[in-house]
Order: sequence, then structure tokens, then C-alpha cells
Amino acid sequence: MAPSVWESARALRAAYAAGTLLPSQVIAAALDRIALRDPKLHAFLHLDSERARQEAVEWDGLYAQARRNAAGDTLPPLAGIPVAVKDNLCTRGVPTTCGSRILDGWLPPYDATVIARLRRAGAVIIGKTNLDEFAMGSSTENSAFGPTRNPWDLSRVPGGSSGGSAAAVAAGYVPLALGSDTGGSIRQPAGFCGVVGLKPTYGRVSRYGLVAFASSLDQIGPFARDVADCALLLNVIAGADPRDSTSADVPVPDFLGATDQPRHGIRLGVPSEAFGSGVDAGVAEAVRAALDTFDNLGFRVEEIALPTLDAALPTYYLIAPAEASSNLARYDGVRHGMRDGSDDLFEMVTRTRQRGFGAEVKRRIMLGTYALSAGYYEAFYIKAQKVRTLVARDFDRAFAQVDIVVMPTSPTLPFAIGERVDDPLQMYFSDIFTIPVNLAGLPGLSLPCGFSAGLPVGMQLVGRAFDETTLLQAGGAYQQATSWHLRHAPEA
Amino acid sequence: MAIDWATVEHVARLARLALTDEERERFVGQLGRILEYCARLDAISIEGVPATSHVLPIVNVLREDLPAPCLSRDEVLAAAPAHEQGFFKVPRVLEAE
Repeated sequence: MAPSVWESARALRAAYAAGTLLPSQVIAAALDRIALRDPKLHAFLHLDSERARQEAVEWDGLYAQARRNAAGDTLPPLAGIPVAVKDNLCTRGVPTTCGSRILDGWLPPYDATVIARLRRAGAVIIGKTNLDEFAMGSSTENSAFGPTRNPWDLSRVPGGSSGGSAAAVAAGYVPLALGSDTGGSIRQPAGFCGVVGLKPTYGRVSRYGLVAFASSLDQIGPFARDVADCALLLNVIAGADPRDSTSADVPVPDFLGATDQPRHGIRLGVPSEAFGSGVDAGVAEAVRAALDTFDNLGFRVEEIALPTLDAALPTYYLIAPAEASSNLARYDGVRHGMRDGSDDLFEMVTRTRQRGFGAEVKRRIMLGTYALSAGYYEAFYIKAQKVRTLVARDFDRAFAQVDIVVMPTSPTLPFAIGERVDDPLQMYFSDIFTIPVNLAGLPGLSLPCGFSAGLPVGMQLVGRAFDETTLLQAGGAYQQATSWHLRHAPEA
Repeated sequence: MAIDWATVEHVARLARLALTDEERERFVGQLGRILEYCARLDAISIEGVPATSHVLPIVNVLREDLPAPCLSRDEVLAAAPAHEQGFFKVPRVLEAE
């Protein structure tokens, strides 16, 4: 059997076990496809080809052994499955740049917890994907190493900041990828690239080894082409970790098992605020049609109110930069990354940061430093933290009434490369519906729900804290009834 | 919200960022516009509302105080731009007499 690049991780795993397909064939096909297409698409910053091929051959042998073994297939869930990971996840001995010059050439001395979990699950990590520098951006244009393009239309952005991971899944390179989401950085590119992306509940996945941007908002999560694969990858990465004291010690259900379980009576809430001005007509139409589908499937759809939805964006642009300015203070040319030499310590530090950071990172460091500085701390930072409480309360009220809040993932279709780079506020607006979810720490699932002008539209399902299961069940039911997720980006 | 050249210069110094004149000029405009947008929050009443710094009800996560392996010093120092005798090396901080 020749490997199809669009096969799900579950199908690959089953074919490996049956002996109809070898991990080495799949990894070779993935690397060939990347070699052919990625010079244009630029989803990857670094490929770990040799190690991937080697690991694949080892899995070939282990599967052959397992088939001879009377005990049957006891290999781990992702054995021999190619996975791509965002380049802000530390990989021991493998470059981790965060899309920044300041970390160019850095080789982390340890693996992030999610990387260790992927390896334990048998995943073959084939490379590190492109991102907005330090995950700050909504288009992947802020990468110091050049933008990633949208597989559906190479003149458009894939979204961001995890644009490389989203594009890698959408282009048929890999069935699974990891990203990180601070204000929408998994969900928005998933929506723009027509794939599934999940930001788990804050605390669901260990952040150990995720290069910090805004620590009270950052969360790692999966990309896949269907909801069940997304659940499979969440199974692997979820769970408390002694190395991250903010990882939550709550039970981890079998997300994949639950995804197949039909559940009746799920109530969906639709905030009218999320269909107002500024939302592209094609986007609103596709999400409304998806709500009709849910209605036909027996879900209850009702109106809810999120009155502080509008306030979330300015709140985020005070809190996230404030945390970032503190987190990024560590890049000082002393312990890792680049240094711009000088005989004077202060000058060495300021020049290293001047040369090492790009425009958006500097902008956010400046904004955050300002919001935290004497005289502005109460008026900006503390005020924003209080409004954050109100945003979270809005969701609490909604979840007293419904099980899931449905919104567009992003108000617009993927925009053209270069269109918003000179207007930071315009760029920030593409995250108006994803940001409130990070502020409240809730899980959010983006899944393809249609097309407008040939470009994918994403809808976002937001759930109660630690209730990813309900989102995956609803998303699974939707994908049983629809075929948007089965459409593939054109071969260009 | 007007941000002037001197404020940008002051904040850049706090943030340990050297800026070119062109960057400083750009930030005067852009930061002003972003902060003006953020000032929308002034319209929201936060009387008696507590601040949220973190969404989880987690405080004081403790563990047994047991020795465990840590990163190797050589591997960590290998990533540093300069090191000497097991230490990170930086430009001289104190002037010689």
C-alpha cells in the first residue's frame, strides 16, 4: 500500500499494526513532500530528517516483532507517526529559535515535557515549525526567518502564531502537530488553514519547556485534520507534571474514547456580540450554517450574552505584554543565545536586545514595561486584571445556561501577506474571539465549518474548564455529519 | 493617549532596549494608538472587582525536598556566548582602580 499523505494518525497506526504500511515509508513520503513543497510554503524552520528516518526504521522492526508476538500489539499509541512541533518547544540538542534571531543557534539542554511525552508515545518528531517571533503575532509574518504561506492560497497568511504547525497539517506533511496558544495562536491558524486545533484548559498540559510568552495565558495544544486525531494527541500530552506547578492535578479522561461516544442534549450558546460589525459576511454565514447543522443533529442552540467580549482585547494587550516584558528580560546575552559584544555591561545587554529582537517583540516589551512602570501600574495593569475577572464571570454566567459557547474562530478570512504588518491594532483584531477564552483559562476548539471565496472558515467551540470532552464530542458529531474537514488544500 | 519621545526613551531604558531614532519615532505613534485603544477600559466599572492574575485556584504547590539530578553544568555553559572556569562571563561591571 502506498502511503497517502492525508491519512489520519489513527489509520496510519492501524495500517502499521496490520503490516500493510511501514513507518519508514510514511516518514520517507512526508520528508519527500516537505522537500518538494516547503521551499514555497516555509512551514518548517528545522528538519530532523536523519533521526526521523532512523527512528522509523526502528519502528518497522518493532511492528514486525509485535506481529509475530502472541501477546499482540503493545506498542505505544503514536508509534512511528510523524509529528511536527512548534519551534518554541524545547528539544534537547535540536535548534529551538522561537522564530527569533536572539536564539539563533541555541541548542536546549533539555526536552519540554510535551516532547518527552511525544517520544514516550512513539511519535517521530520530524521537525520544528515556523512561528511569529516568541509567539507574538497572528500571521507568522513576525518570524525572523521569513513568513509561512497559507496552503490554500500562497499569497495569504496561514494565521499565527503557530502558522507553521497549522500549515504543516493542512499541506499534508504530517497528520499531527503541536502549537501553543496565548491569545488564539492555535485556534486562529487552525481556522485559517482549515484544520482542527485545540487550546486545552489552562493547566491541562504542562508548560515545562515551552518558551514563556505570557505565563498566565500560555497553553500547548494539538493540531490535526479531524477531531478524533486531535483527541488522540491530547491524550498523549495532557496531565499534571511536577515540573510545572501550574499544571493541574485533575483526572485526565480518555479523550479519544469519549469522542466516539454520542451524547445527547448538549446545549450550545451563541453570543450575539460575536456576529456584529467587523465580522466578515462569509464567516458569519458559514458559522450560522454550522449552527443549523447542530440544530438538525439535536443540539439545543440558544442565544446568550457576553457583554464584556469587546473589553477582552484591550485587557489582553495590557496583561500579555506585561507578562512578556518580564519573561523576555532573560534574553540579555549572558546565558544563552546571541550577544552583541561591548566592553560595557549595560550597552552589551541593550545592543544584544536591539539586534536580537524584531519589531513586534520590541513593541510588546515596550508596551508591557510601560503598563508595569511606576505611575501606570494601577491604571493599566491592575485595571486590566480586574476586567479579566469580569470576562471570566461572563463565561461563568453563560455556562450556567449552556454547555458550549459557539463563535467564529476569527472575524475574517485569511488576509494577504503584508496587508496588516504596518498596523499592529488591525493585526490584533483578528484574535477578538479567541483572546477572551485565554483570559478565562477555558478550552477552545477550532474546526473547519465551510469556505468563503475558496478560503477555509473556522468555528470555535468554547467549553467549561477541564471539559475538553464535551467540545470533542460536539466536534466529532459535527464532523460525522459534514465533510469540510475532508477537503484538502490544492497541490501547488 | 499621547506618548512622547522622552517617555519612549525612559521605557526603553527600563526595558534594556537600545532603539534607533527611526524605531523611537515609530513607537511614539504606535504605542500611543495602542494605549488609546486600551483606555477604553476606563468606561468599565470595576468597583469591588478583584484582580485575576491567574485562573486556577492553586497556591503554594509543594513537593518533598529531595535531591534529584539537574542539568549538567557543561551542557548549560555550552549555550552561553562566553564562559570561563564554570561561570558565565560578562563585561567588567566594576571599574578598575
